[in-house]
Amino acid sequence: MSVAIAQPAVRELQYDDEVVRKFTLATVFWGVVGFLVGVYIAFQLAFPVLNLDLEWTTFGRLRPVHTSAVIFAFGGNALLGTSLYVVQRTCRAPLFGGPAVAAFLFWGYQVFIIMAASGYVLGITQSKEYAEPEWYVDAWLTIVWVTYLVVFAGTLLRRREPHIYVANWFYLAFIVTIAMLHLVNNMALPVSFSGTKSYIVWAGVQDAMTQWWYGHNAVGFFLTAGFLGIMYYFIPKQADRPVYSYRLSIVHFWTLIFLYIWAGPHHLHYSSLPDWTQTLGMVFSIMLWMPSWGGMINGIMTLSGAWDKLRTDPILRFLVVSVAFYGMSTFEGPMMSIKAVNSLSHYTDWTIGHVHSGALGWVAFISFGAVYFLVPALWHRPRLYSLRLVTYHFWISTIGIVLYITAMWISGIMQGLMWRAYDDLGFLQYSFIETVEAMHPYYVIRAIGGTLFFIGSLIMVYNLWRTIRGELRTEKTFEQPAAVAVGAAE
Amino acid sequence: MGLHAILEKNVLLLIIGILITVAIGGLVQLVPLYTMEQTIERVDGVRPYAPLELAGRNIYVREGCYVCHSQQIRPFRDEVERYGHYSLAAESMYDRPFQWGSKRSGPDIARVGGKYSNDWHAAHLIDPRSVVPESIMPPYGFLAEKELRYDDIAAHMTTLRALGVPYTDEQITDARADVATQANGDSGDPDALLARYPKANIGDFDGNPERVSELDAVIAYLQMLGTLVDFTTYQPDADFR
Repeated sequence: MSVAIAQPAVRELQYDDEVVRKFTLATVFWGVVGFLVGVYIAFQLAFPVLNLDLEWTTFGRLRPVHTSAVIFAFGGNALLGTSLYVVQRTCRAPLFGGPAVAAFLFWGYQVFIIMAASGYVLGITQSKEYAEPEWYVDAWLTIVWVTYLVVFAGTLLRRREPHIYVANWFYLAFIVTIAMLHLVNNMALPVSFSGTKSYIVWAGVQDAMTQWWYGHNAVGFFLTAGFLGIMYYFIPKQADRPVYSYRLSIVHFWTLIFLYIWAGPHHLHYSSLPDWTQTLGMVFSIMLWMPSWGGMINGIMTLSGAWDKLRTDPILRFLVVSVAFYGMSTFEGPMMSIKAVNSLSHYTDWTIGHVHSGALGWVAFISFGAVYFLVPALWHRPRLYSLRLVTYHFWISTIGIVLYITAMWISGIMQGLMWRAYDDLGFLQYSFIETVEAMHPYYVIRAIGGTLFFIGSLIMVYNLWRTIRGELRTEKTFEQPAAVAVGAAE
Repeated sequence: MGLHAILEKNVLLLIIGILITVAIGGLVQLVPLYTMEQTIERVDGVRPYAPLELAGRNIYVREGCYVCHSQQIRPFRDEVERYGHYSLAAESMYDRPFQWGSKRSGPDIARVGGKYSNDWHAAHLIDPRSVVPESIMPPYGFLAEKELRYDDIAAHMTTLRALGVPYTDEQITDARADVATQANGDSGDPDALLARYPKANIGDFDGNPERVSELDAVIAYLQMLGTLVDFTTYQPDADFR
């Protein structure tokens, strides 16, 4: 072990950062696009005239554009970019396959995104939630994904470190499991190989279970395991502290990936899925709370001894608050998977609020933190153009998220209660359309919250653009509050 | 944690360990759904979609209607009173993909069939707010403008048959004629259509008998939703699971 460290070749090491730069820019670009479409469809629900009476701009066609753009385009580019950055640093090895394969990986993934999104607008979709792309797009993604696995695992094999770093376990679990989910859930037979339409191999109740086995683990492995990989590299780096507990990371890694896979049936509570499957899904969803919080504890406690940095480092604030949101939504999720709670929350906006506390608070915030870390590092700038602008971005986005989530909690719980309300004579108290009407103010508030979040992302774009141009804004450093000085003197 | 060092130092073992760990849950939850006979109730009346209904369903899928409309009624007092008998697994046994949905921005439509007239559906799809002023649904007027493309409907049914949907040779041979017959009622052989697809709604759905539009197909699909099983004779105890 000690022999390997003594090798003098380290200084000759050339990392392949060109592809990481591209992925970072794509992350920002698709983030802005995805947030904008989200804001637009949020306004459509408040003001249906915005459907424009055109077939390409209905809510039904644009909603998958939003979800795919934020999950697979914004989130996906963040995951691919950070993973290729992290795997090189933690292995002290350049990317396996070299720049040409890396370029194929980048452009291949962008082609996947464009094929998927343009298809939705034109009406080419499987209408399986979060797995909407048709068979030819799925086939293309399979090629790109296998390339990704080869590049990532190949780089791990080349490593000059004896151990595989914990962030890479999570990235690897994400890559391998997404491959499995993608292949099984999208098994389809095309009507014609020259046409776009296919029929899925699974039918009815089995398709439902397969879909939510996929769908929940798109959350579990794409939006959780992969982003935990980001957490395990960028929080220790930015805080300049070691990961809190190695033992905890082992325990929560294996329990997290084991338990997550079972949680899918909680999307199908009280449906015609057999009860035994629903019960299994509920029990494992509740157990999932523990390893989820294991990850949160490991991330947040990494700040031990460096808590003061939260006052002065807005990038670290993004990273740490994202983990706090992760903790909140991984408590809310198990709670909503309890059948009694789910009978109220399912089919309502509560679910939408829950998803967005995870997607905006956890996934987007940790990605912002990573991007703010990466851009100066990748373009060799001493620091970001402006830390003040990062602070503005942080607060505007946070206010946006709070408006979004609280509006959806209220409208969701309200609508759930209205659906089941009975009057004194034993009749249903509200017609369905009365419950729709009651949600209008909350749809407006949600759209405003989303708009704030979108504005925050524009501030980020401006800040990154100036940073890449090599400019540094002269600004006062963040003051050390008096309380800290007093505490330090004691 | 000494044992874990073995996995941490070997990429292949780590990948295999991950694969085994993540495969277990899916296998336990998915495989029995194919092997246990009780998974899908044995009920009378469920049949594959008639060609026009299938074309309408494909438009429903194309437009992403599932993002706002569920097709899955839960066994609660309020849902059963609002929408009808709770959904059975058997009722979606030929659905590829399933369209149970996960959100009700609009109402559940698992049993919307027969609840409204064809005229109401046509008016509602073309301009939802003309019949429901508070509605937030997008307008689908373009469906009325578009002629239904069904020259390849037999190929669709052949594909579905390859996946296990029990379409007969006769149903596939007559598929195109059945589309025209169901969307008009005055031409073709309606009795033969009804023999092939019991309870199918026959008629001019969109108010324009001159041609078969996409609107015809969608309404034909909506009007059969949830109507196939006769719940006056259905015995739930026989399907205990």
